[in-house]
Amino acid sequence: MAIPSVPPVLFLILSGILFTIGVIGALTRRNAIIVFICIEMMLNAVNLTFITLSRFLQSMDGVIFAFFVMAVAAAEAAVGLAIFVMIYRSRGTINIDEINLLKW
Amino acid sequence: MVENVGTLFQWLIFLGVAFVSILASLLVITRKNPIHSAVFLVLTFLCVAVLYLLLYSQFIAIIQIIVYAGAIVTLILFVIMLLDLEEELRSGLKLLYSKVLGSALAVLFLFAIIYSVAAMPLTGKLGPYPPGKLSQNVKTIGEVLFTRYLFPFEIVSVLLVAAIVGAVVLSKRKK
Repeated sequence: MAIPSVPPVLFLILSGILFTIGVIGALTRRNAIIVFICIEMMLNAVNLTFITLSRFLQSMDGVIFAFFVMAVAAAEAAVGLAIFVMIYRSRGTINIDEINLLKW
Repeated sequence: MVENVGTLFQWLIFLGVAFVSILASLLVITRKNPIHSAVFLVLTFLCVAVLYLLLYSQFIAIIQIIVYAGAIVTLILFVIMLLDLEEELRSGLKLLYSKVLGSALAVLFLFAIIYSVAAMPLTGKLGPYPPGKLSQNVKTIGEVLFTRYLFPFEIVSVLLVAAIVGAVVLSKRKK
């Protein structure tokens, strides 16, 4: 008897679980860097969905999209972490409950 | 019989990697020390890279390890060490009504995702890239990227230059 190969549904459910864990982390943690890490995890889960659908629909578009998502994530990491450093210099904290003003 | 062994290994790798990645991402959001979070983030990224290999995407798996696990996490670790986060360490995870409500809504969202992917089989027109063609990954991606997706590729390069300039300008110390 032949074992069926891993169905796409399991990959999609796993990516949903990773995304949800990222959402919960971004909502419950107060350290801006942890929130940033959780956002990266959510981007990664979305990439997993793209690659899964690209594999099972036999198309290359999902792979290209995952590539672009990674480029945007790298740009976001550079600018976002520079903003954290700047906020820390001017306010002395990166607790997102205390950073509640756009201008001071 | 030989194919059966291969499929069995695929199942074993998938289940093991899925378990480790869920465990590592739970550790990312629960550790109090941000350094530990960043290191468990690397573990999550490596597990997802193994899943990419299972899905015949070697190129994205390598890029995942180089860009995510290499560059971005190194950047995060540098910034964590640059900032003095001792008081954040002590504040930790406080439970509030809004957080519980947010987490409950997120779990509800997960159930919606599971229902929507499990209720219907995968539909859509099949493209021209079966696994045999997908597995010569870099060549195929290069062909598609530099013909059909040339303009978005150039836009991404402009975006990266803008991000570099922005990061330098933002982090320059003002006189």
